[in-house]
Amino acid sequence: MSHWIELNIGPVHPATHGIYRFRVKLNEETVEDVDITIGYLHRNAEKICELNYFVNNTIYFDRMDYIDAMNMEVGYLRAVETLIDMEVPERAQWIRMIMAELSRIAARMVGIGALGLDVGMLTPFFHTFHEREKIQKIFVEASGGRQEVNYMSIGGVYQDFNDKIIEEIKEFIAGFKGKLEEMVKMFTDSEIFWQRNVGTGVLEPDIALDYGVTGPMLRASGIPYDVRKDSPYLFYDKVNFDVPIARTKDNMGRFLVKVEELRQSVRIIEQCLAKLPEGPYFNPKAKKSAMLLLKGQGDVFTRVESESGEFGVFIRGDGGVKPYRVHARSPSFKNLAVVPIMTKGSLIADLIITIASVDAVAGEVDR
Amino acid sequence: MKTGDMGVKTTTLEKALEWGRSNSLWPLTMGLACCAIEMMATQAADVDVARFGSEIFRNSPRQSDLMIVAGTTTKRMAPRLKRIYEEMPYPKYVIAMGVCVIQGGPYVDGYSVVLGVDKVVPVDVYVPGCPPSPQALTYGLITLQKKIRNETDR
Repeated sequence: MSHWIELNIGPVHPATHGIYRFRVKLNEETVEDVDITIGYLHRNAEKICELNYFVNNTIYFDRMDYIDAMNMEVGYLRAVETLIDMEVPERAQWIRMIMAELSRIAARMVGIGALGLDVGMLTPFFHTFHEREKIQKIFVEASGGRQEVNYMSIGGVYQDFNDKIIEEIKEFIAGFKGKLEEMVKMFTDSEIFWQRNVGTGVLEPDIALDYGVTGPMLRASGIPYDVRKDSPYLFYDKVNFDVPIARTKDNMGRFLVKVEELRQSVRIIEQCLAKLPEGPYFNPKAKKSAMLLLKGQGDVFTRVESESGEFGVFIRGDGGVKPYRVHARSPSFKNLAVVPIMTKGSLIADLIITIASVDAVAGEVDR
Repeated sequence: MKTGDMGVKTTTLEKALEWGRSNSLWPLTMGLACCAIEMMATQAADVDVARFGSEIFRNSPRQSDLMIVAGTTTKRMAPRLKRIYEEMPYPKYVIAMGVCVIQGGPYVDGYSVVLGVDKVVPVDVYVPGCPPSPQALTYGLITLQKKIRNETDR
């Protein structure tokens, strides 16, 4: 005998991590079908970008993947600088790399903490947010912003690193190495965490490729694809780091890949700090008075690796001071699309863990 | 309040109720966008909002009496927000967190954003910032407590 229920989760629900609506068709406790409704956070950032000068659009990209603002800025500025042919000084590029990796760590801290909350572990949440708070202190020192930083601008960064910031980053990295192992132990020592994660939310690699899934989700399915390695930007080809993969394809594999990437981020930051050269942090061609007159013509598509995957930016310039069209290829949107396939036939409790493991950010899905 | 001779305080019932309500606010997690992460940071260890009697963030509107609207409210979300507000029991209060919720913020030129959540639900305290720091939200909460107790800001 079967009992069919249609269960509605969201739009405002602690398990959805953002505002989506999941309409779940249930046969007793087994998920038969998931219907995802998005669009509750559609803020038309792409359309507003057409109204502004190139330099003013950075703030809208900050607020797309709002937990990983630095990588969004790198993505937008890489496209704009290709379009308007702007050189970036070497020091500025190294600074951007350090900030992008710090931001990646900060974003993962939110993701892992929220995953813990969904399994019923409250303690790791406080520890991860304590580490995130330390990174935000560094961001405040550099840019004045805690979360939506608006630190980078066309031709460089807003403000040079002083000795205090470098000291703070070194101090954070030294403390974070031990703290990370301690936090991971909180998860992996828990029997409940293993039971809820192992074997749930399995994503086959061919389905992942069909749907355009990228980032830790693709790597956890066994495909070593990372934009930082495959099409290097900034100076990612001059530092050593590994791309972790998992063969298990499940939620546990995804968690372990994310954790290993944190270790690699720490490694990258250490190398960047050792290689940080002296010199200008800003291209004088893009100084404040000239910033509003920068013109671009043609089509440009560039991509970077954000915390949730391959973040691409398309810009078309018509020779004016404002872009004609801006489009963002958001990884979270693609990653969220496979949730119905991953959870088909599993229990309703596994759906919650899978949504947390996908770690989609609503601001980026709806833009 | 008057202090009696035997260590007994006399007060009106109303004042006692206000005192109780202001110190046991249970916020509803209405995290819509970027500000939600700063709301989580307010709840976390560094800026511990539990010191002011609001540590229990509820996910059900039936169990909460304070709605912190954190993040951009779109036109699609506004009817749902109003419905959740109506589901909350009286007395209920609203904090508008962030400039998007106050007047549209950076998305003021857009077509899909509600320019001020006070067009949908009545707002008690506005906390500006994009996003406001946890300290700012805590200050907003203290301001709301003073408002409930009918105290001035002096």
